[in-house]
Amino acid sequence: MGKSKTNIVKTTTWSAGPGCHGGCGVLAHIKDNKLIKIEGDPDHPWNQGRLCARALAMTQYIDHHDRLKSPLKRVGKRGEDQFEEISWDEAFDIIEEKMKTIRDDFGPESMIFSMGTGRDIGPWICMLAYAYGSPNVMFALSGNACYSPRIAALDTVQGDYCVFDAAQWLPGRYDHPEYKVPECMIIWGYNIAATCPDNLFGHWIIDLMKKGTKIITIDPRLSFFASRSKHWLQIRPGTDAALALGFLHVIIKEELYDQNFLETFTDAPRLVRNDTGKLLRESDVVKEGSRENFVVFDNPKKAIIIWNTQKQEYSISDSNPAFTGTFEIQLLNGNTIACTTVWDKFKKNCAFYTPQKVEEITLVLAPDIEKAARFYAKAKPASIHWGVPIDMTPEITPLCHAIAALWALTGNLDVPGGNVFTRSAFNAVAYALPGAEGVIKLKDQAQDKTRIGKDEYGPFNKFIWRCQTDKVIEQIFSEKPYPVKGLWMQTCNPLSGIGLDPKLWQKALEKLDFIVGVDLFMTPSLRYADIILSAATFLEKDGVRSWWVPLQTINKALTVDGCRPDVEINFELSKRFDPDFKWETIHDLFDEILEPSGMNFEKLSKKGWALPPENHASRPYFRHEKGLLRSDGKPGFTTPSGKFELYATLREDWGLEAMPYFKEPPFTPISRPDLFKDYPLILGTGRRSPAFFHSEHRNIPWLRTLDPDPVVEIHPETARKNKISNGEWVIVENWMGKARFKAKVTKIVPPWMVMAAHGWWFPEEKDDPLFHTFESNINMLIPMNEQGKDGLGTPMKHLLCRIKKEVLGVKNNEI
Amino acid sequence: MKSNKNGLLIDYEYCTGCFACTVACCQEHGWEAPLSGIKVMEIVQDLPKDKAYLTFLPFPTELCVLCAKRTIKGLDPTCVKHCMANCLSYGNLKELAKELEKKPRMVLWSPR
Repeated sequence: MGKSKTNIVKTTTWSAGPGCHGGCGVLAHIKDNKLIKIEGDPDHPWNQGRLCARALAMTQYIDHHDRLKSPLKRVGKRGEDQFEEISWDEAFDIIEEKMKTIRDDFGPESMIFSMGTGRDIGPWICMLAYAYGSPNVMFALSGNACYSPRIAALDTVQGDYCVFDAAQWLPGRYDHPEYKVPECMIIWGYNIAATCPDNLFGHWIIDLMKKGTKIITIDPRLSFFASRSKHWLQIRPGTDAALALGFLHVIIKEELYDQNFLETFTDAPRLVRNDTGKLLRESDVVKEGSRENFVVFDNPKKAIIIWNTQKQEYSISDSNPAFTGTFEIQLLNGNTIACTTVWDKFKKNCAFYTPQKVEEITLVLAPDIEKAARFYAKAKPASIHWGVPIDMTPEITPLCHAIAALWALTGNLDVPGGNVFTRSAFNAVAYALPGAEGVIKLKDQAQDKTRIGKDEYGPFNKFIWRCQTDKVIEQIFSEKPYPVKGLWMQTCNPLSGIGLDPKLWQKALEKLDFIVGVDLFMTPSLRYADIILSAATFLEKDGVRSWWVPLQTINKALTVDGCRPDVEINFELSKRFDPDFKWETIHDLFDEILEPSGMNFEKLSKKGWALPPENHASRPYFRHEKGLLRSDGKPGFTTPSGKFELYATLREDWGLEAMPYFKEPPFTPISRPDLFKDYPLILGTGRRSPAFFHSEHRNIPWLRTLDPDPVVEIHPETARKNKISNGEWVIVENWMGKARFKAKVTKIVPPWMVMAAHGWWFPEEKDDPLFHTFESNINMLIPMNEQGKDGLGTPMKHLLCRIKKEVLGVKNNEI
Repeated sequence: MKSNKNGLLIDYEYCTGCFACTVACCQEHGWEAPLSGIKVMEIVQDLPKDKAYLTFLPFPTELCVLCAKRTIKGLDPTCVKHCMANCLSYGNLKELAKELEKKPRMVLWSPR
């Protein structure tokens, strides 16, 4: 045999492997169907040759001795280490039979289809659930508190989601003539080292800093950004809405807002009734008037005029709406009531949050709030990048509303270098995300009727097509209004990572009749599965990535015996469950997803990636001015009024507060002084590690050595008070439970808070079938069922706890 | 040209502590954990008024050979190529020393 050649395959990272939200172009060096080396693709516009630690560790991942390489069948009790290998055919046959029995006996909605964080699983898990007939696709985090709450909140007030602009839409990136480097960026609750949140490449922010962007950091921890900021606002966790409202207070008081944007593109002149506090609608004042049309007061004419939402115009052509004032308006029933403009109400709302008041709430000094707000408002352009802590508080929507008002009122929406609207490139959408309908969808609305949480929570009926996670767990125990019998659990490890109150999840898993687990390695959660399927990494599959930009394909570089890609697993079963399943091959499906781009899989994979053309709705800028956002081609936004809504019409419809506000979260020193007496430290969790993606990668030697132990960060003063030294094992505990961590004594955290790492289990500890997953699991201290009034958010970033040195010989689990 | 005339210029103002360099080195040279030709130190500097400043500093270890097999082909060392913050440069020590004058918070390493 001659020497075999090394073949270089160009592909795109997404999910299994680095674990992330993907997007990086890589060069996979393949020899004899083995990965020899992986490198960043220097020609790729996304990462430009760079690559993160997790992607660079792929050779250790692909050939890992613990990888699952065959389907398994449970032969012992749930939670035990008793499985035997079976063939793929046998596995598929058992799954088909069991799941069809559940469907026949209890209905398809009795199967829940659960995923971890939103990756290249989302479309395929939806495909399978919908082919089976169940609307219950679950993202397993309490309060669905990652990304979709932020997306839904922005869809509510501005119609489309937006992100910071790093020229990712433009050929040539930063050098493109249309692009402007932001003068200021607010980094709101985000640490860069672990790199890439929300379909953005984190280090783009470093690129911008080198080009002159000045940073405002909002973070209780001394992050990389905090040290390099013009202004670092060390906020008390959970009080972000108060800070955003404080910024708005300064910007409004000092008239630093963009008057033109306010008058042209917001709902500022709409009238709100003083008697009910609700919008004045055409139906209140005009016989047979529409509830969808709103009323403004024309000052010169001293009369009301109607904003027609369908036509996106006023009832008269020479309108001159009042932005401020209180007016006596006669209703249809003859009564006269006082009405005030939205702008006046909004200003009044913000007036409460003086810098002094906000200092009291947030612990950020009033002069610092003023300086930072002024700097942001005066910088042109300026952008905001927010991290997932924004989602991780129960009042997430009012918080997002306040932050959205910041970029809108300062004229930074969809401008070069500002916060720009994001739609999937070419509008090629794989599956139903908030605000977008994809190729993969429910067969009809009737199928959606039984989705858990849909009727209770407004956003779940309008923007979010998942079930509400806390309600699912509740329903597993209550069996009302219908029993949950089975769980499809794909790349999802609730006992170690995504599940809050993991002992509750354990009980839930014990109660179910049938569980399928799909993963790459054995995990604590998989021990509860009846059938386990061995999945593939991103290098072992074909795929498409249509999340924001660019539009990309994932190209199979090699195969690993016994492993199958998620998409192929779900495709095979979808065909078995749905006699009318639409596609013959996965490439037919990919081609349909890519159709709006005018390319099919083959063509795009040769090209590598594609950016949407100029004047396409999925490419910036100024789309609200050009009429590119709305289907009728009119300027404005896809909100109920067509305007950026300072007063959220949908929130009013859902019976919720329509303007931003701050409410103290449920477990803080302020809201629970009784608990604070016993648990005097604020507990944060979820700080990112560059070595790991949530609960993954503890078994990859190159990565584990970078971050070997579960760590709790403790300020030196707090450590001294508690007689704890650096490197000692400590117990972190509260009323929910406890977990053990290694003390990292550091000034990164303030004295009043500790930060505990998340996602810890010990794949090397094979003596325990559950790999000691409850031992250093910070979720043991975090409750479920604390979501906000709209079903979104959870108080994960601001709990309370106490710490103490671990007493040797007493095992944490036994206490 | 002997490799010891070359070195690594680190702009530690922008190192985020992402460890791409460390793992890139392991992959390139086949080091088993915890070995690597480049480590990243986390330094929490104490400043007046009880303030602190967070710095990450990549440090080439005794194992660093400046990727001789790559540089001979005209490629950058793998740590330089993959650095997420683009804060590592490779080159002739005298040339790199000139770069040091251009901005603060840099360090020039001449590995063994």
